Amino acid sequence: MKVFLTLIKKEFWHVLRDKRSLVILLGLPIVMMLLFGFALTNEVKNSEVLILDFSKDQASQTLIDRIDHSEYFSIAGNLSSEKEIVSSFRKGKSRLAIIFPQDFQNSISHEKKAQIRLVADASDPNTANIVINYASAIIRDYQNELNEEKKLPYTINLETKMLYNPQLKSAFNFVPGVMTLIMMLLGAMMTSVSIVREKETGTMEVLLVSPMKPILVVLSKAIPYLLLCFTDIILILLMAVFVLGMTIQGSLVLLLAESILFIITTLSLGLLISTIASTQQIAMFISLVALMLPSLIFSGFMFPIENMPIPLQVISNLIPTKWYYSIVRSVMVKGLGFEYVIKPTLILIAMTLAYLFIAIKKFKIRLA
Amino acid sequence: MTDTVIHTNGLTRKFGDFIAVNAISFEVKKGEIFGFLGANGAGKTTAMKILCGLLSPSSGEAKVAGYDVYTQNESIKKHIGYMSQKFSLYENLKVRENIKFYGGIYGLRGADLNQKTEQLINRLGLENEADKLVGSLPLGWKQKIAFSVAILHKPKIVFLDEPTGGVDPVTRRQFWDLIYEAANEGITVFVTTHYMDEAEYCDRVSIMVDGSIAALDTPEKLKEQFKTNSMEGVFLQLARNAKRSE
Amino acid sequence: MTSDMSAIKIENITKTYEKGKVLALESISLDIKRGELFGLIGPDGAGKTSLFRILTTLLLADSGKATVEAFDVVKDLWDIRKISGYMPGRFSLYQDLTIEENLNFFATVFNTTVEENYHIIKEIYVQIEPFKNRRAGKLSGGMKQKLALCCALIHEPKVLFLDEPTTGVDPVSRKEFWEMLGRLKDRGITILVSTPYMDEASRCDRIALIQKGKIMDVDTLDHILEKNYQEILGVKAANRYDLVKAINQFDNLKSCFAFGGEQHVVLNDGFKSKDEFQQFLIEKGIENLEIRVVEPDIEDVFIKLMQENSND
Repeated sequence: MKVFLTLIKKEFWHVLRDKRSLVILLGLPIVMMLLFGFALTNEVKNSEVLILDFSKDQASQTLIDRIDHSEYFSIAGNLSSEKEIVSSFRKGKSRLAIIFPQDFQNSISHEKKAQIRLVADASDPNTANIVINYASAIIRDYQNELNEEKKLPYTINLETKMLYNPQLKSAFNFVPGVMTLIMMLLGAMMTSVSIVREKETGTMEVLLVSPMKPILVVLSKAIPYLLLCFTDIILILLMAVFVLGMTIQGSLVLLLAESILFIITTLSLGLLISTIASTQQIAMFISLVALMLPSLIFSGFMFPIENMPIPLQVISNLIPTKWYYSIVRSVMVKGLGFEYVIKPTLILIAMTLAYLFIAIKKFKIRLA
Repeated sequence: MTDTVIHTNGLTRKFGDFIAVNAISFEVKKGEIFGFLGANGAGKTTAMKILCGLLSPSSGEAKVAGYDVYTQNESIKKHIGYMSQKFSLYENLKVRENIKFYGGIYGLRGADLNQKTEQLINRLGLENEADKLVGSLPLGWKQKIAFSVAILHKPKIVFLDEPTGGVDPVTRRQFWDLIYEAANEGITVFVTTHYMDEAEYCDRVSIMVDGSIAALDTPEKLKEQFKTNSMEGVFLQLARNAKRSE
Repeated sequence: MTSDMSAIKIENITKTYEKGKVLALESISLDIKRGELFGLIGPDGAGKTSLFRILTTLLLADSGKATVEAFDVVKDLWDIRKISGYMPGRFSLYQDLTIEENLNFFATVFNTTVEENYHIIKEIYVQIEPFKNRRAGKLSGGMKQKLALCCALIHEPKVLFLDEPTTGVDPVSRKEFWEMLGRLKDRGITILVSTPYMDEASRCDRIALIQKGKIMDVDTLDHILEKNYQEILGVKAANRYDLVKAINQFDNLKSCFAFGGEQHVVLNDGFKSKDEFQQFLIEKGIENLEIRVVEPDIEDVFIKLMQENSND
């Protein structure tokens, strides 16, 4: 035990004395949060909208006013025919056209059913998606109000995404994503690099030729990084709440507990990588290509998994980040309790045990 | 003047308070084999970096191949060759590819490069190994190829930083045969080594202690001066008094 | 323990790399006595490091058997790790930890404390103690080497393995280092040390000359010199380059190599053709020619053995 404590102390020295890395490790989450929160925001503001109003009645005018007054859109002009939409899009300024059919108000009040067509310039699919979502939200709000006024039942088809994020604030999307990525980076990459560094500098050779069980060296590396990861999680959450004005819907304790579980998962992945890699570059390369890339693609952070072809959806189940990302979203954004995240939690535990098992099996007590 | 290829006067380099090289003055003549000795940390590496144009001095003057180390270090780099035990060839390139690569770096082109490459392969007797990866060759061969590559572009001076460390005694001597050959063709050889018998192969030897040149002469005269029969004796007498072990 | 006096016993150890393509050690056998200071002398790539790693349980040999203090290097791995001190070829301490931290760390790893075993390292440690709060990365070569030795000694090993401890170190520090080894030997520690510097052979009780994975000879330095005696001429002249060219044209030449200020020349029939040789050089126009008889040293012997080995 004394040996283990000494080892841990040594690891803290390594981490704390490498000032440059320390600044990066603690600064990275802050920078990422600021970048995603302000610079790389995928919210759309004051997007130009074209109106093609065939009914020109009170209902259509009310809606047009609302759209114009929202912070997302401004009306760029009225068109007189559908043909003009394409030519306007080509000029590149407007991304969305809203088409009201004839007798719009009539259809609402008498037939309880009306149609509005939204036409978006999908050459940039992400933006198109976002403007369509925003416009739909405004229209749906309007419908809801009508419902209450007239007590008339309307069938409203809402997307789940909108349910929990009515203002479509992207913070709900990227905060869990940033948490996931930071931990992959710190937990897996830094740990594996730090273990492999001992192999590279030859210190592992001396440690191996000692009566101590060498696996202790490796386990001792995990402790400082666990703490660092945890610090980063706290940093990210603090920024999410106080800088981006996000509220944590569910239990904070549950969120932190799940985060610790995921940190352990990434640490065991780092350990696994270190048993394969012989140089720091290889360790870094494996971490980036085999962990970060799939994490980005398959966590659901960048691309919705539901839209992927079935084989990719199956693959995504093998990526631990996917499960952690879903836990964080459930707890932090949807405010769900533990009973709703039991399945992903169990999957993460199983993955962690598997990584640890393989890593310890593969760990060599000799050089080759 | 044309005969002097390295000239320094009061050359000094400080790192903060630490004087790594303290006012060294010496001259090296064309075609000379100049041994540059000193204990670890005596300032050899710093001095060599300045002469190669990689580091500028704090004060004093130095000219290498007629160029000033303050202002003309790019010209210096064109007229020198450099080889060290650590910096060597690309292990995952073939012998011929390595030679061509370095020849290309030093501005050799086209037919001239091809011809020089083949000449070198023949001279080293590597016809059968030319298409083997450098990584598969023994250390001694690598060092011989590395040296030949460093003088492929016929530099005025070649700097050798511990070129023979860990090489077997026969190869070590074959390496020195190459050095003599180069010197005979008029290339000045500036060499550091920890093998004291190699110091005796040099025309003149300087020994640095604590940043200064403590002795500079032919091996014969140094041995006479310090009343000993080997360069090791000279070195031990001088370096034992060294104050700094940084 | 057994009454066997061997500290290290190596029998027919063979080691290859890359699935047998690269032969590192070819059927090596050695018997190193308890308390001996034994030198493994040979250039880089001779197989020295492979042998060290096999003995320190870091690598498995392809075939053969080796024991350290009667413990088998394969079966009794943990016993060997308790009794050996090992200093690998590359400097292997933590550069970002201070002298004191490094030493304390390795003491703990070996289940001891610096206080408990201070007497073993004292003599070496006092030389670096004034700098104990300096980080290892900022030490000079000589100081690093002393620290590494302290770390390898801190658990009072029975056998000390030093892989090229003096490579790249200047002659003064090298001399001091060997003096330290001499005193450790006096304490009864068995020391196996490798070096590419042939002149360090005189510091060892016995030496093995190793080249290309084969041991060319094992004995005391004196015996090796005696066994491998050959008649050698030391030749000097005004212009060395011309001299070497002329010597190489002599018919009866066996070998000619530079040794310090002169060339060591071996003729096929020894001193018998010395006069003829001298005449030949004079006719070639060599000026200031000096020829003397020299006693062969260990490098002469190593070269001779290398040539004999490459001839078969």
